[in-house]
Amino acid sequence: MSGFPTLLYKELVRFWKVAFQTVAAPVLTALLYLVVFAHALEGRVSVYDGVSYTAFLLPGLVMMSVLQNAFANSSSSLIQSKITGNVVFLLLPPISYLEFFAAYLAAAMVRGLVVGGAVLAVTAPLVPLPLAQPAWVLGFALLGSAILGALGVIAGLWADKFDQLAAFQNFVIMPLTFLSGVFYSIHSLPAFWQALSHFNPFFYMIDGFRYGFFGRSDVSPMASLAVVATCFAALALAALALLRSGYKLRG
Amino acid sequence: MTAAVEIRQVAKRYGALQALADVSFEIAEGEFFGLLGPNGAGKTTLISVIAGLVRADAGTVRVLGADVVADYRRARRLLGVVPQELVFDPFFSVRETLRFQSGYFGLRGNDAWIDEIMHYLDLTAKADTNMRALSGGMKRRVLVAQALVHRPRVIVLDEPTAGVDVELRQGLWQFVRRLNRDGHTIVLTTHYLEEAEQLCARIAMLKAGRVVTLDSTRNLLDTFSGLQLKLSVDRFALPVVDGVSVLASQGERFTVRLRDYVALEALLHSLREAGAEIREFELAPPDLEEVFLRVMRGGEAAEAERGALA
Ligand SMILES: Nc1ncnc2c1ncn2[C@@H]1O[C@H](COP(=O)(O)OP(=O)(O)O)[C@@H](O)[C@H]1O
Ligand SMILES: [Mg+2]
Repeated sequence: MSGFPTLLYKELVRFWKVAFQTVAAPVLTALLYLVVFAHALEGRVSVYDGVSYTAFLLPGLVMMSVLQNAFANSSSSLIQSKITGNVVFLLLPPISYLEFFAAYLAAAMVRGLVVGGAVLAVTAPLVPLPLAQPAWVLGFALLGSAILGALGVIAGLWADKFDQLAAFQNFVIMPLTFLSGVFYSIHSLPAFWQALSHFNPFFYMIDGFRYGFFGRSDVSPMASLAVVATCFAALALAALALLRSGYKLRG
Repeated sequence: MTAAVEIRQVAKRYGALQALADVSFEIAEGEFFGLLGPNGAGKTTLISVIAGLVRADAGTVRVLGADVVADYRRARRLLGVVPQELVFDPFFSVRETLRFQSGYFGLRGNDAWIDEIMHYLDLTAKADTNMRALSGGMKRRVLVAQALVHRPRVIVLDEPTAGVDVELRQGLWQFVRRLNRDGHTIVLTTHYLEEAEQLCARIAMLKAGRVVTLDSTRNLLDTFSGLQLKLSVDRFALPVVDGVSVLASQGERFTVRLRDYVALEALLHSLREAGAEIREFELAPPDLEEVFLRVMRGGEAAEAERGALA
């Protein structure tokens, strides 16, 4: 038998044991964003015809929660294990680098999807959302969480200290998330910023996800899917290459 | 017969530091083997190479025939390692820790064995205690238990008794001896040389990444150590006797090395002939500390001294 199921289970137990901090807290954060931005901007920002700003905002916030929590799960688990040294318990058994990656990735995806699902569930009675293409919703949620889970593995391997991880989060993840169209449709942006947004992979994740709800999007969902799938493939390959080489794990 | 551990021309460099240089030796199955050397000699690095935690720059290591890189799955199943650092996962209890470790080796339904290990390591009462709440000594025992969950045939312990109190140490050694009697190969590094002397049948000494001595404990003690005698007599010089060399003297007190008991007899005989009166007399048996110090002082100096003795 393989060590993969146990490692996945351990990663799930790890965040579930502190669910207040890893699930409840980010759900509350998303709700606060929703309340504040909806209150401040409802009726002032033009989005899609016939779609209220609050309804437009909500899928963006859900996806943002999925992405941030997927990243947080794999990156913080890895760096904690490295710093405390208990990663050695995973390096001594016959676990392949592929199994290692798959376990961290799957746990990160589960955490992202649990948080995103909870945000949706909690807001469902308050903000009615259409569900034009459920398969796209699910597909983009899966791919988005996988991308950030893989990125979390890379960042967790790379970082030697919590500060470095925090810097990665604050200077890479946060700007990319906030400039991705969570809070607005990029069509409302000046041309320059609109063009720049097209280089932000997060934009495609959120745009594609939103398409699943409204059946409308800034770019074609097929194009978004292609970009997002390519991103995932590239990051997964990079993470696997690092793990395979033993980067910062096997000296 | 396949060696329990076969190390061939292993080298490892950290920047400018040669942590291991051309290390080659074999450990037979069923042996109780000691790996000694001062801090920084490369013991942990060598163990890490055996465990696949560190990749050697050159050379190969096999555990019961399984190459630790090419056939790592088999090698790791055969090997149990107790790391030097006192690491633990603060999220889990003792039992959870051991169950997870079992699972990483692909084992399910291993609870009977886990209970048995906990019993022998006196961990049963703490089974459901969180790792954070354990004392250092108890954490060390959990590390030992973790290394055993998959019933490895070769067990490597990297300074398992560092910072562990005497009672615990005794208990741990009893347990490890039992494992060895049951046929497990034991590889041990320790700072307590008396322990190595009592436990290990064969010893390799490492210095600056090289094996400087490798022999049975008995031979090491015979060749390098000899008997040490402290005596004080009513004169300022001792008669010259074959097989006796003075290591230190202070007035009428002398510390001398005796090649063997024949040399002791000869010394006493010539003292009697000279009419010397012996006031104090203290004979120390050979000990590994002495061997260790002499080996570490440098192989050549020790050889020269041995030549002088003969
Ligand atoms: N990861 C590392 N990076 C750089 N130097 C290291 C590393 N690990 C060990 N060393 C160095 O290699 C030498 C051997 O260390 P080690 O194997 O831990 O010795 P021992 O276990 O015999 O005390 C030491 O000088 C140590 O500082
Ligand atoms: Mg060491």
